[in-house]
Amino acid sequence: MQDNVLIPSEQFELILDRLAHQLVEHHDFSTTDLVGLQPRGSRLAERLQRRLGTLVGHEVRCGKLDVTFFRDDIRTHEKPLTPNVNDMGFTVEGRDVVLVDDVLFTGRTIRAGLDALLAHGRPSSVALAVLIDRRFSRELPIEPNYIGKHVDSIGAQHVKVRWREEHGADSVILLNSKPE
Amino acid sequence: MTQAQRLSQPSLLGIRGCTREDLELIHATAKEFKDVLNRPIKKVPSLRDFTVANLFFEDSTRTRLSFELAEKRLSADVVNFSAAGSSVKKGETLVDTVNNILAMKVDMVVMRHPHPGAHHFLASKVNVPIVNAGDGTHEHPTQALLDTFSLRHAMGEDLTGKKVAIVGDIKHSRVALSNILALQLLGAKVRVCGPQTLIPKHIRSLGVEVSHDLDDTVRWADALNMLRIQLERQGSDGSVRFFPTLREYTMRFGLTMERLEQANRDVVVMHPGPINRGVEITSEVADSPHAIILDQVENGVAVRMAVLYLLSQHRDT
Repeated sequence: MQDNVLIPSEQFELILDRLAHQLVEHHDFSTTDLVGLQPRGSRLAERLQRRLGTLVGHEVRCGKLDVTFFRDDIRTHEKPLTPNVNDMGFTVEGRDVVLVDDVLFTGRTIRAGLDALLAHGRPSSVALAVLIDRRFSRELPIEPNYIGKHVDSIGAQHVKVRWREEHGADSVILLNSKPE
Repeated sequence: MTQAQRLSQPSLLGIRGCTREDLELIHATAKEFKDVLNRPIKKVPSLRDFTVANLFFEDSTRTRLSFELAEKRLSADVVNFSAAGSSVKKGETLVDTVNNILAMKVDMVVMRHPHPGAHHFLASKVNVPIVNAGDGTHEHPTQALLDTFSLRHAMGEDLTGKKVAIVGDIKHSRVALSNILALQLLGAKVRVCGPQTLIPKHIRSLGVEVSHDLDDTVRWADALNMLRIQLERQGSDGSVRFFPTLREYTMRFGLTMERLEQANRDVVVMHPGPINRGVEITSEVADSPHAIILDQVENGVAVRMAVLYLLSQHRDT
């Protein structure tokens, strides 16, 4: 089987625009913060932050949250888990939070993310925005509020988001095996 | 340099045996734990399924406290053991003591022991990660890791060519050997300075400079690590004295502001504690902006968290 392009770069921008508009429609960004899950979710969060800043006319706060120490597979994972930089810079006490990640698969990263978030205060609400929702593969009762695109895939496949900053162009690809 | 993901050793027995990549990995991980310690909730669940035994066959206050805090911040269960008032007094051997504790399903051992090499011996007998929290006058690896971590924070990441002097009782210090090895792994130049009687005879074979002149050393160094004069080893119990009087030691090897000002530049001052104020270092220096003594203590918890975290991942391989 060939690797498939799920989202080509021209569609990528449209999806980000739509997500940003959906967020503005449902959230008051004077009391709402974006929190991207490290490492790839924070890239999406930063892109959304820029769009939201233009839409609402003031800067939207955006934190980077690392969930490594909160994962449930720390010692069962085949490779050791190396932490990423955690850069929140604000507490979320009493705030509305939109957690942002690139791909939602089993839901376990988000579970760890919810735990990790609580170390920075008690938010009054948490919503979840993802670029890709791999439906039917959830292992925990976690569902996203904002979705870039649904993907139906089998477990062995791998969804890879490529970013302009690293790969020259934005796109999402479905790989038939997990990359090394 | 690409970052290693795993320590090269299943236990931390000493800095000897560690690679540069190990040190880089521990320091990089410690940086993230330092961030954890500055959050409103200073705790992560990474070791919640883990039990750590702190075995202290020799007295310790700060190292033990620092390890215990590190373990608790990682959500590990902790059991403490000290030789005083235990069955060690009844003649139980080290291996028996440890195996009895491990039989209660303990996953990792942090140990301080008066005998150099006790950890190497134990590592050959038991099958859990062992962290050396000091073995006699031999090594104290986590102290060296936190000293170099603090130095990098104070002087910049790259220690290549930086000059670090370790001053005082080199002979009885486990901090000295571990520090020399760690600093050299990171590319720093090391000098030891102290009275002839407190410097081991063959220390030059480690590739360090030796000096008996503190004034010259202060002018040479970018950083000074002032070791504690171990008063308990200076003849109070009728044993050998290594220098005539404390006053004479202080006059020749005590770090004062006057001495420090000769350097005419910023010299970082470290001390592993506990400080004898007015002996190896004056209060004026210890409380000055040169000193990073309390940063060392703060970083100690983060560095020990990193060591425990990384070793805990090593278990299943």
